[in-house]
Amino acid sequence: MSAPLLSVRDLSVTFDVPRKGAMPWTPPQKLRAVQDISFDLKAGETLGVVGESGSGKSTLARAVIGTIPASSGRVVWQGTELTGLSVAARRKHRAEVQMVFQDPLAALNPRMTVGEIIAEPLRTHRDVTRDEARRASQEMMERVGLLPNLVNRYPHEFSGGQCQRIGIARALILEPRLLICDEPVSALDASVQAQVVNLLRRLGREMGLAMIFIAHDLSVVRHVSDRIMVMYLGRKMEEGAAREVVGAPLHPYAKALISAIPRPDPTRKRARIALEGELPSPLAPPSGCVFHTRCPVARPDCSAGAPALAEPAPGRMVACPYHSEPVRAAVNS
Amino acid sequence: MADPLLQVTDLRVTFETNDGPVQAVNGLSMSLEAGGTLAVVGESGSGKSQMAFAIMGLLARNGRAEGSVRLEGREVLNLPSAELNRIRAQSIAMVFQDPMTSLNPYMRVGTQMAEVLELHKGLSRRDALAESARMLDAVRIPDARGRLSQYPHEFSGGMRQRVMIAMALLCRPKLLIADEPTTALDVTVQAQIMDLLEDVRTEFGTALLLITHDMALVAESCDRTVVMYGGRVMEQGPTRALFEAPSHPYTAGLLSAVPRLDGDDSELAVIPGDPPDMSRLPPGCPFAPRCPLVMETCREVRPVLEELGDVRRACHAEPRAVA
Repeated sequence: MSAPLLSVRDLSVTFDVPRKGAMPWTPPQKLRAVQDISFDLKAGETLGVVGESGSGKSTLARAVIGTIPASSGRVVWQGTELTGLSVAARRKHRAEVQMVFQDPLAALNPRMTVGEIIAEPLRTHRDVTRDEARRASQEMMERVGLLPNLVNRYPHEFSGGQCQRIGIARALILEPRLLICDEPVSALDASVQAQVVNLLRRLGREMGLAMIFIAHDLSVVRHVSDRIMVMYLGRKMEEGAAREVVGAPLHPYAKALISAIPRPDPTRKRARIALEGELPSPLAPPSGCVFHTRCPVARPDCSAGAPALAEPAPGRMVACPYHSEPVRAAVNS
Repeated sequence: MADPLLQVTDLRVTFETNDGPVQAVNGLSMSLEAGGTLAVVGESGSGKSQMAFAIMGLLARNGRAEGSVRLEGREVLNLPSAELNRIRAQSIAMVFQDPMTSLNPYMRVGTQMAEVLELHKGLSRRDALAESARMLDAVRIPDARGRLSQYPHEFSGGMRQRVMIAMALLCRPKLLIADEPTTALDVTVQAQIMDLLEDVRTEFGTALLLITHDMALVAESCDRTVVMYGGRVMEQGPTRALFEAPSHPYTAGLLSAVPRLDGDDSELAVIPGDPPDMSRLPPGCPFAPRCPLVMETCREVRPVLEELGDVRRACHAEPRAVA
């Protein structure tokens, strides 16, 4: 068996949050944004990461890429451990991991032309002439569905969907092995979303890219991912093949999340699992299983200890000992 | 027959800009019964929000509305603002997409809510606060009384949207216009808010005009739907009819572009191109540049809305060719 491209082990990210009205010597509160996350990613594979806002999915991505320091755990990239490497040593690997952001216009420098934006990583990481860079960016524009003769235009002259294509072109110009997409389509119009989703899927296949695809829209994530990981308050709740996680979720939280998605079918009333209340504060997460305060099948012992990740089937993981218990869904009249 | 609650006839909204006049809404007609639900669907630039602003009398200074908007039989379009204020207080209320920008960050939530009742209903501060607490309770905010003294930033996104809904309902309006009320929220919270809007409708008899880009949300919450593109109505009718057999290529395209949880792994169906530039609309059908069924006439002659069974559609193509 081939070694995974990326291997993440027990990764945790903790932020220091100053206490309200604290004195300078008062120790800050610890916010555990990501806790003990492990996963493997093979070359060419796409992992979808879903969860509500505040679940730590973006922090996880940034810790993997190294823009946020991990407080513990390991990130192993093609056999090399990245955590603990110096910034300069990490830079070598940066070219192989690129990122696409949510707000396409905000991610582009308004004072640079599209050609300069797309070629910038090339000029930073590789020794290329201006002409070579320009040619490469025009080629890349064609691949992502932009007219290469628009190379001298500025970002504001493009629509949201086109700006996202520019962002994708910039991310792919170094031919990375891993692309991290953080909510790449949620700011786009419905008719344009599908275009960008298809583009990412096609390019991923053509270039043999591995992807980490972060989104709150599960139907989009299901469409692009081989595997899906469901996060809640920084913890992994469930992981498995995309089709299985969406089609037959095990964890009560995954069940509720999936049942909350509106279906484009006016003839059927959905049976929905209503979650009580709101996401608890990550500064004071519930004891034991972090989901027990909102869980429809919670038992007294759920607040006692954090459930371990069980593997009910190969490649399928769930952090709930009672996952086989049916969750009652209410039909909203 | 009694007048419908809301009757919009041939509504047109024009903005004077440096590039000349821009028609944001063009010839929109629709009606909504008391206690009913109606969705207006469209992408950015479809004119759906400007339509709502025109009804509320909230257009920007360079905007002009023509046509007719009748509320319970009474013309309300372009009324002087003193009269509009009374109508806005008592009959129509609006909930916006971003609850943080619609609440005053420097005022306690209770004060903001009480102000509405003091102004419009002449209640004393004490009664107004008591009524506000009752309303926060009605939108299922726990510890309503205690939260009156908090500031908007102390509420989560979903809770803020609940506050906005509570505030909109204070004067018991007959019509609630919700402009993308759940777009900024997580799906689980979105489900809670949509359930709440439904409860509000049955509890207070408030009609709901939902403005959204999300076809799935429409399917679940509204009986009738208007699909807009480039400021014009493409198709309108019962939601069920539109979803079962869309008669306009744009509706059909929007429906097939929605990724489905139970779909196969093939590529998503796509509407090629980008949403229209409102200052440079084509002379014919606004959707023509992106339409899979486009014909020569489509580029030159603007299709008019025609009846087709329960549905009205503006398209030159044969209805059979669409689905």
